[in-house]
Amino acid sequence: MSNKLDQSMSLAKPDALDITNKQKIALSIGLIGLFILVLAFFNVNFPNKGLFLTLSLSLIVIGTIIYAREAYLTKLEGIKNDGVWFKSISSRGILGWSLGIFLTLFYIVLYFFPIYLGLGKDGAVNTGLIALFDPLSNLLSGNNASQWFVYGTLYTVAILVFGYKFMLKYRHNRYQQLRTASVMFFQTAFAFVIPELMARLNSDDFSLPYNDLKNMWPLNYYAFDQWRVDQFINAQTIGLFFLILGVVMVFVISPYLTYKYGKRWYCSWVCGCGGLAETAGDSFRQLSDKGIKAWKFERWMINSILVFSVVMTVAVISTFLGYDSEKYWFTKSVFLISIGIFLTLLFAGIMYYKRNELNKSAIKGATGYFTLTIVFLVFFSFFDLSQIKINASYFSFGLNQNTYAFDGALRSFYGFGIGSIFSGVIGTGFYPILGNRTWCRMGCPMATIMGIQQRLFSKFRITTNGGQCISCGNCSNSCEMGIDVRAYAQKGENIVRSSCVGCGVCSAVCPRGVLKLENDSMDGRINPTEILLGNDVDLMDLVNKK
Amino acid sequence: MEHIAIIGNGISGVTAARHIRKLSDKKITIISAETDYFFSRTALMYVYMGHMKFEHTQPYENGFWEKNRIELKKGFVKHIDSTSKTLQFAEGDSLNYDKLIVATGSKPNKFGWPGQDLNGVMGMYHKQDLENLEKYAPNNKVCKHAVIVGGGLIGIELAEMLNSRNIPVTFLVRENSFWNGVLPKGESEMINRHIKNHHIDLRLGTNLKEIVSDENGQVKSVIIQETGEEIPCNVVGLTAGVSPNIDFIKDTQIEIGRGVKVNRYLETNIPDIYAIGDCSEQHEGIDQRRPIEAVWYTGRMMGETLAQTICGNKIQYKPGHWFNSAKFLDIEYQTYGWVFAKPRENEAHFHWKHADDTKCLTVCYNTETNDFLGLNTFGIRMRHETFDTWLTEKRDVNYVMNHLHEANFDPEFYKHFEKEILTAYRNNLQTA
Ligand SMILES: Cc1cc2nc3c(=O)[nH]c(=O)nc-3n(C[C@H](O)[C@H](O)[C@H](O)COP(=O)(O)OP(=O)(O)OC[C@H]3O[C@@H](n4cnc5c(N)ncnc54)[C@H](O)[C@@H]3O)c2cc1C
Ligand code: SF4
Ligand code: SF4
Repeated sequence: MSNKLDQSMSLAKPDALDITNKQKIALSIGLIGLFILVLAFFNVNFPNKGLFLTLSLSLIVIGTIIYAREAYLTKLEGIKNDGVWFKSISSRGILGWSLGIFLTLFYIVLYFFPIYLGLGKDGAVNTGLIALFDPLSNLLSGNNASQWFVYGTLYTVAILVFGYKFMLKYRHNRYQQLRTASVMFFQTAFAFVIPELMARLNSDDFSLPYNDLKNMWPLNYYAFDQWRVDQFINAQTIGLFFLILGVVMVFVISPYLTYKYGKRWYCSWVCGCGGLAETAGDSFRQLSDKGIKAWKFERWMINSILVFSVVMTVAVISTFLGYDSEKYWFTKSVFLISIGIFLTLLFAGIMYYKRNELNKSAIKGATGYFTLTIVFLVFFSFFDLSQIKINASYFSFGLNQNTYAFDGALRSFYGFGIGSIFSGVIGTGFYPILGNRTWCRMGCPMATIMGIQQRLFSKFRITTNGGQCISCGNCSNSCEMGIDVRAYAQKGENIVRSSCVGCGVCSAVCPRGVLKLENDSMDGRINPTEILLGNDVDLMDLVNKK
Repeated sequence: MEHIAIIGNGISGVTAARHIRKLSDKKITIISAETDYFFSRTALMYVYMGHMKFEHTQPYENGFWEKNRIELKKGFVKHIDSTSKTLQFAEGDSLNYDKLIVATGSKPNKFGWPGQDLNGVMGMYHKQDLENLEKYAPNNKVCKHAVIVGGGLIGIELAEMLNSRNIPVTFLVRENSFWNGVLPKGESEMINRHIKNHHIDLRLGTNLKEIVSDENGQVKSVIIQETGEEIPCNVVGLTAGVSPNIDFIKDTQIEIGRGVKVNRYLETNIPDIYAIGDCSEQHEGIDQRRPIEAVWYTGRMMGETLAQTICGNKIQYKPGHWFNSAKFLDIEYQTYGWVFAKPRENEAHFHWKHADDTKCLTVCYNTETNDFLGLNTFGIRMRHETFDTWLTEKRDVNYVMNHLHEANFDPEFYKHFEKEILTAYRNNLQTA
């Protein structure tokens, strides 16, 4: 009998998994709401835009709420994964692919062709979809909407309604509920309302850049661009405060919280990308690839992007320090030398103190990436990057025809390749194909930094409950980061992985109560031996000796 | 190079193979008639329920075996010739071995019910059973009603599986309360109510008389012993326990009882032949364990132990303190140490149940020495390591009750019940 036989099983969609009539009605309500947006996109000019926008968003929200309540509140509390691998939408079926293609196209238009969404160019009035959002934008910031405002609104609505759905799904699990409430809050307040309201403070002689406080460098790759730094500096005390806060977040607050709680404090409790992945993307978590090849690719990819983002940021900063350093506190050389010293100390410290925790390939990789970064730093200190000209069309498929200086080229390539294509188009557009955390797993440089720290200096781990694991694989299946949790659990080994975002779903779905996310002392956190409780002590000594 | 042949690619056989490979360079062949690759039997239910695909039940990637030089052979062993050290396969070929490990697992019990071999009647053990179920119960149009016979751990899993596809289930349980040969009364009754809350038609104290066929040799209904009632159905699940899968060993020189008889070194009466896992039977139960232990982790431990012995470091199979776990629909169950359905001599139980009727716990202790003997917990996760330590240290029951919070293993932010439990325990002592 062939192993592939179950293929037929997953195709035979069991009838019982059809949705109820109430859910069909709910779906229709939501789709009508969506249809209004589609009409607006096709330039239907609604008379009272405020009213229609409210109607559209309300219908979407109400539809999803009714749907979710019918799905979960009609059943007893418990794990609700029945049929996820049968449903077309969540198992890369036709619906899944269609949604994936739709989202991808949406992102392409959003990033590269906002005029199609109705963005008024050079002061012209908005039309289409974007115009529909003008009233709301005016209400908040006093300005007309941009494509980013439309996106931000839809994004926030998605996190809120799907967050509600997620909380119902896990209504027996307080960890899941609290962290979802937390991302809902941070998205609404920090990413959406506060920055919009702050825009109201802007006047002719005072302006703050759009500032989502929780969005740190390097996730926010333009955090230290010159125009942004300038704006902060010009905005006097309050601007300076935000600039310094940004630096303190990266170098003090984040490392401290990651030390105490693991990177989950950010990835699963605060971050907007993570927030969308955990709520709207929840139905796709099982699609992440758990294979060893994917893991290798992930390590290669994510570390390269981190190096790229560091190099890019250093290039950008050192260039503007190069031509007018008196405005800032550093000169270009002071800046480059301090970064060089900082990175060298960090690298040397890790290599010395953590040498026993790192395997050969990790040491090789780290040395390679470190050397590469230093080579770039040296290169930057000898050349004036603003003099090297590069035409951007070579690496943007002709979408961008401008000629840039080297730093600008790096910056725009990063913005294009990583900021737009990876985090948006692939990261979110491909939810139904690659799973909901592709960006967080393969791309996010912020996750990489916190991940390295989580692996080496953090109290966080997932504890395995002795010998209770039955190797069923529910945990691995639902790990959105593609971690083969079972591979650790069945050996009685704690899970200390840099990529784990601490979503806690593996622990929730485990039918035998094997996994617990916890913060405890650093000693004995990693237990690389096969501790299988219940077996004879002498045998365990032998097995562990290897 | 010494050739180790292993019949059975379940957890026991595979663990033995992996550890022999770690310790030596011997040639290893794993034989199975069921599947090409090792999979987790415990996860079969999740495939039918659509939580996972079958390939997700395989703990190792397919390349793992070649990389570790473990040969896999698909075939059914028909006979073991221990004099010439050869295995004969139903497919006609044969294989020589130097040492043989029998790890053939279990098969579902059938008690000679009339109609037990009809189409649509099945156990739930092998992958083939799952395929059968998919054929006869793909949805509630093809299978309008199903009957499950036998109220054990597999029975309730099957009920949950069918329930996930909205197939109405009648669950025939011989005992007058679910699994009450193992669970104390309060727990067993709580599970009865939980089963009914899931709209499963639980029939306690009910036996199967016969399974009735339609004109095509397919099941049409079952008849109940006690009342003679006929229940129309399209599928019958037989889940009245399992027994060692050793029919093909009956006419060899290997000594068998219900299972393959082994000593503490997991050796059979024939030199160089060993048996581990579900199919093996100890001459005497170890500690208070049963001679045949059909659970996942004991198979794994036997595999580890035997690998040592085979690689020249002869050691006894010494499972530590008893533990186990299961899940009854939405309620998780764990047990550490011994809690019997009824307290034995000099034993007493303390039972606590939460008002929501989904969480409870039972602590068993010795009334003479006050020693803590064991704990059953439902809906509250406990830390294995902590209980293992307490049992080894022979803590008394008061200590355990006062330190229960240290053993809590529920996810962060869960509500804790230790105070409530402790209060109930103290009140109980005063009234007792
Ligand atoms: C549905 C279900 C749920 C379970 N849940 C749990 C649980 O939650 N916790 C727990 O502890 N235990 C559980 N168990 C029990 C557990 O799965 C078994 O104890 C364990 O799988 C036994 O492993 P094994 O290696 O001894 O044998 P098996 O896994 O049975 O492997 C034996 C293999 O040998 C093959 N074989 C047999 N005879 C021959 C032959 N003559 N030639 C070739 N091949 C042969 C069989 O086909 C089979 O593939 C469950 C069992 C089932 C069926
Ligand atoms: S290992 Fe568990 S907690 Fe970590 S990301 Fe995966 S599912 Fe979430
Ligand atoms: S840890 Fe839990 S979910 Fe994961 S394989 Fe083990 S028993 Fe299954």
